[in-house]
Amino acid sequence: MTTSLAPNSADDPLAYRPVALVDLLDRVLATGVVVSGDITLAIADVDLVRISLRALIASVGALAPPEPGDLPSAGAPIEPIVDLA
Amino acid sequence: MSSTVDAAGPPGRTGGDAGRWLHGVVREADLGLLGAITGMAAEPVRPVRAAGLVAVVSDVPLTEYGEEALRGNLEDLAWLERAARAHHRVVDALTRAGAVVPARLATVHHDDARVAASLTERRAELVTLLDRLTGRGEWGVKGYVVPGTAPRAEQTAGPGGAGAAYLRRRRAQLTAREDGQRAADSAAAAVHEALARHAVAARRHAPQDRRLSGAPTAMALNGAYLVDAGALAGFAGLVEALGTRHPELRLELTGPWPPYSFVAERSAEPALTVREPA
Repeated sequence: MTTSLAPNSADDPLAYRPVALVDLLDRVLATGVVVSGDITLAIADVDLVRISLRALIASVGALAPPEPGDLPSAGAPIEPIVDLA
Repeated sequence: MSSTVDAAGPPGRTGGDAGRWLHGVVREADLGLLGAITGMAAEPVRPVRAAGLVAVVSDVPLTEYGEEALRGNLEDLAWLERAARAHHRVVDALTRAGAVVPARLATVHHDDARVAASLTERRAELVTLLDRLTGRGEWGVKGYVVPGTAPRAEQTAGPGGAGAAYLRRRRAQLTAREDGQRAADSAAAAVHEALARHAVAARRHAPQDRRLSGAPTAMALNGAYLVDAGALAGFAGLVEALGTRHPELRLELTGPWPPYSFVAERSAEPALTVREPA
């Protein structure tokens, strides 16, 4: 087991701590309270966000190596990424 | 008092060309703290006060953050990352000063009065959330499949030539992989249940795609746990113990996160379970 705890930054409350983008998107897109704004309703549109994530997969997917041990004919499985439904 | 709008907004930003990007809602906001936090557009964030609550906002140009512009910008991954990180930086800084109800990415209002109206309208819900989040933090636990830990399918010899042997081998490989996935899924469920018992609330996000996470193996668990500050050491110890108990998963603990995963939307999320702290 490995842990990736953030360094204790209690002494520096405004320190910027980089986090994995995918972990962040899990949270800021799929959750977060919607205080109804004038623009929010359109932007909170699930399809819109989903398209963005598909684009993300497409752009990253080209760089990722195939899974070790994959059968030649198995192909890359299309897994759901961040299901916002 | 309702709809008391903070008048300290930057001059020249109150016209129709600027929107208010909402970062989150807090009970109190120290002006010194807010002045030190950079918002979305290289200026400090500022408070909008109403109904005894404080909304922390960034003034943003509608040319970039208006509805039409956002539709395009959210498709631009570099823009999305910049926005997500800028928003997170603010929410994270607020979290260190006290309880925060984080706003979803891209919550934009036309002016302060409408931000204030939202606070007033949803006051009861926001206060309940703030009470629930006080003194607690969100921790993430991800579980990656460890290959080769499931019992291997036997590769028995059989009749037939090289073709039949290949098919048998291939079927065995597929079976081994399915067994491995099943074992990982069941371990993930057990780990989640154990962690949820030591948390105030727990939920599972969808597993991340390997192509996004960059992890060498599939993810079986992507959990989020709301943990009392006093119970944190026990929680971290439990993660370690569970990792040892379930070698078919490699567990990774991340945090502390602002409580993004525990500010449910109006409709209750089925994935959310609430338990009494252990």
